[in-house]
Amino acid sequence: MSQARGEAGTRGGQVRSDCWIAFEPRSDGGIELQVKSKVASMYGESIRQQVLAGLAILGIEHGMVEVEDAGALPFVIDARLETAVRRALGTLEAQLLPEKTVTIAPSAKDRFRRSRLYLPGNTPKLMYNAGLYGADGVILDLEDAVAPAEKDAARCVIRNALRVIDFGGAELMVRINQGERGLEDLEWIVPHGVQLILIPKVESAEEVLAVDARIGEICDRLGITEPVWLMPIIESARGTLKALEIAEACPFVNSLALGLEDYTADIGVQRTKEGTESVWMRGMLVNAARAARVQPIDTVFSDVGDEDGLRASVREAKALGFDGKGCIHPRQIPVVNQEFAPATAEIDKARKIVLAFDDATARGLGVVSLGSKMIDPPVVKRALHTVKLAIATGLLADNWKQEA
Amino acid sequence: MSKLEMVQNAAGRMVPTMVNGVPQVPYMGVGKYQPSGRKAGPPIPQCGDFPRSGDKRVPSIKEALVKCGIRDGMTIGSHHHFRNGDLLMLQVFAACDELGIKDLVWFPSAAFPCHQPLIELMEKGVIRRVEGSLNGPLGAYASRGKMNGLAVLRSHGGRWQAVQDGEIHIDIAILAAPTADAFGNCTGDRGPNACGSMNFGLIDSMTADRVIVATDNLVPFPCLPWQIQGNNVDYVVEVAEIGDPAKIISGTTVLTKSPDRLMIAEYTAAFIRATSLYRDGFSMQAGAGGTALATAIYLREHMLADGYKASFMRGGSTKYMVQMLEEGLIGCILDGQTFDLEGVRSMRENWNHVPTSPFTSYNWHGKGNFASMVDFVVLGATEVDVGFNANVATHTDGMMLHGIGGWQNCLDANITILPIPSFRNRVPIIMDRVTTLCGPGELIDVVITERGIAINPRRQDLIEQTKHAGLPIKPIHQIKEEVERFAGGPPAPPKVTDDVIGVVKWVDGTVIDSIYQVAE
Repeated sequence: MSQARGEAGTRGGQVRSDCWIAFEPRSDGGIELQVKSKVASMYGESIRQQVLAGLAILGIEHGMVEVEDAGALPFVIDARLETAVRRALGTLEAQLLPEKTVTIAPSAKDRFRRSRLYLPGNTPKLMYNAGLYGADGVILDLEDAVAPAEKDAARCVIRNALRVIDFGGAELMVRINQGERGLEDLEWIVPHGVQLILIPKVESAEEVLAVDARIGEICDRLGITEPVWLMPIIESARGTLKALEIAEACPFVNSLALGLEDYTADIGVQRTKEGTESVWMRGMLVNAARAARVQPIDTVFSDVGDEDGLRASVREAKALGFDGKGCIHPRQIPVVNQEFAPATAEIDKARKIVLAFDDATARGLGVVSLGSKMIDPPVVKRALHTVKLAIATGLLADNWKQEA
Repeated sequence: MSKLEMVQNAAGRMVPTMVNGVPQVPYMGVGKYQPSGRKAGPPIPQCGDFPRSGDKRVPSIKEALVKCGIRDGMTIGSHHHFRNGDLLMLQVFAACDELGIKDLVWFPSAAFPCHQPLIELMEKGVIRRVEGSLNGPLGAYASRGKMNGLAVLRSHGGRWQAVQDGEIHIDIAILAAPTADAFGNCTGDRGPNACGSMNFGLIDSMTADRVIVATDNLVPFPCLPWQIQGNNVDYVVEVAEIGDPAKIISGTTVLTKSPDRLMIAEYTAAFIRATSLYRDGFSMQAGAGGTALATAIYLREHMLADGYKASFMRGGSTKYMVQMLEEGLIGCILDGQTFDLEGVRSMRENWNHVPTSPFTSYNWHGKGNFASMVDFVVLGATEVDVGFNANVATHTDGMMLHGIGGWQNCLDANITILPIPSFRNRVPIIMDRVTTLCGPGELIDVVITERGIAINPRRQDLIEQTKHAGLPIKPIHQIKEEVERFAGGPPAPPKVTDDVIGVVKWVDGTVIDSIYQVAE
């Protein structure tokens, strides 16, 4: 077992709502603890108590701990402490799990995934208010948003965030890393309430099955019965050509997403704002997803300051057949949600069809008809979806049928 | 520091009976204290003592001070329209230092971080103490018990009231004037270092024994328009530079980019829209904080959609307010202080953008004031408690870091809204009891956070009007508990000693709370 100094977290004048913790193991002398905090007079004692209790749980009896705190919430302090100790010792069996204070309803395969907010996995200050903005999902990102040297730290932060943060009913998503590291990521998150895993850079059904198998194993081991859905991300020419097989890889795949940075590099073109270079690829993914009966989900619009550009981009995505769009800033969420909302004429038509469907069901009829026109089952299904979306977007009252 | 005799006031706070040798009236409740007597005034001058040519110029600040008869222990008044860009007062006190003057009381309408060098002059004894809003370093200095005497925090209206009522007598007023003539007429709305209004100095000009106008833009008589009348002025001094206009624009006038603050601003605008006072011709006051600015922007969209115009907007003016004025959405701006250069331009160019003073807007000991005619006021706070009492002067660790400004005076509006984040850097904003009481809960109607909107139970009318607006209205306790849950409990009480280092005055001059020395 290596015995070195371990450090975790961030410090410096600009840091907020995070902390930096260093741990140096010792063979005797008990615990020496130094705490510097921007909120010392208000939470200094609380931080000391938390660190001492944490060390006891981790089985540390001797050592030096330094804390530089900039208003980190308790779940962050736990994560930083555990990571510092693990880095010092090289390995650590015990975990410093904050008490699980949130429980959320299981996620349905076909729930709305209009907007999903990306949150860098090692930046806790962006996390605790992320549930306030009305996104359908939040993505705690372990992949591109986390530097390679901080993957272990981010795993701890995300695990703790899943246990304590109220994300306001948003679906809890984690984007794992590629390959073996991604499978290891699963051990950190599947036991703690994640509802959907984004698998990056998928090129084959096997990659999806490997993730599915590891999730199954963890769930079996721990008796977890809630589903953990899969959203493979297609980011290459090969992946695009295999899209259908990826979408149909296993029943837990509920959606198909895409990433254009890698894709455009892969096919050797520049990525443009107009996106002509990816029109075929995106069309292909929509068709593969629809063929597999899963949701096609578009990528992010990366110019945070350009609201009109975002609006146009969402309209285009909707026109191509996508059900959702990624968001990299909270201000994008309302625009995305609004633009995926159905048009008034669409809602009016859907309402009539749903009422006709209710009427047919009540009368035990197998066939739905509106006036003299027969309505096919896919149209009914589409109408039910539109009505649900209209209610979710606030365009239709919950009890619209009573008012109808 | 000798122990002060303390009594409990009507808000349940312990306050001293004497402050800096002056007997005090403990806070009695809103509108309960009845003043008596006559207003104070300066000695009667005669024209024969002043040049018939009207040229009152003297070559330097030092000479002007000497001509004014400066001596130990005097009280020096000044305005703060240059905010953190003030260059004059450091020159004034350096001159006092050169003259060997000691024990001065500086009585500014506010002090800023740029005045930090004055700490050295306090250590040296040139300045005995500062009586006025202490922002930043001077506040921290006083919080550590290092200043002689007590800090006295007053609102803008309270400062006017204190001078008018004779609680404070200004011996010499020194007014930074962006443009002035040799007679002493001056204005803030033009000149290379224009600051907009300079009316925080109006009471100083009217009541001080001696008045010096310092300018870096002397114009031939008459200076038009005049915000301050030369007939109250003794001497005029030309200086190289009175202020740095780039720093007149405080950091607080930058529109927020924080998604949480924008959300709070959106809620605030939506809340205003849901009330019955929101109608064509409503009136409003908003501060210059990022959230308040964003609120105005969202409200503008509602006004456009509803076809409503505001009759007047009060308070610090900014480019956002100017835009609304110029597109006809606001009837007029009653400007208390001008926060950016667009505000300065507008005051110069628009007949319906006028400077106001604490007398017109805030003075509680007057025959009414504008503040009570405002329908909606949007203000900040460092803390609020479950009784809707609020604090703007100290932080939760007990440090006195902010002045009161017009905040207390604005609470007189019909609907007072505090849009504030539910926590700042782990520290919850909603407490059981505010560290320092600056505004009584009976005047604070709504607290709007990113986690929900709490309406004061005293305002059943607002609860009724807004219940179907689709807003996240929650009991204040619920928001408090939610925040404490993830913050790891309420913050520990501030670590302070028994020594009082300052008091907070209510708008009527009574003492509403004490500020204690922070234990290091």
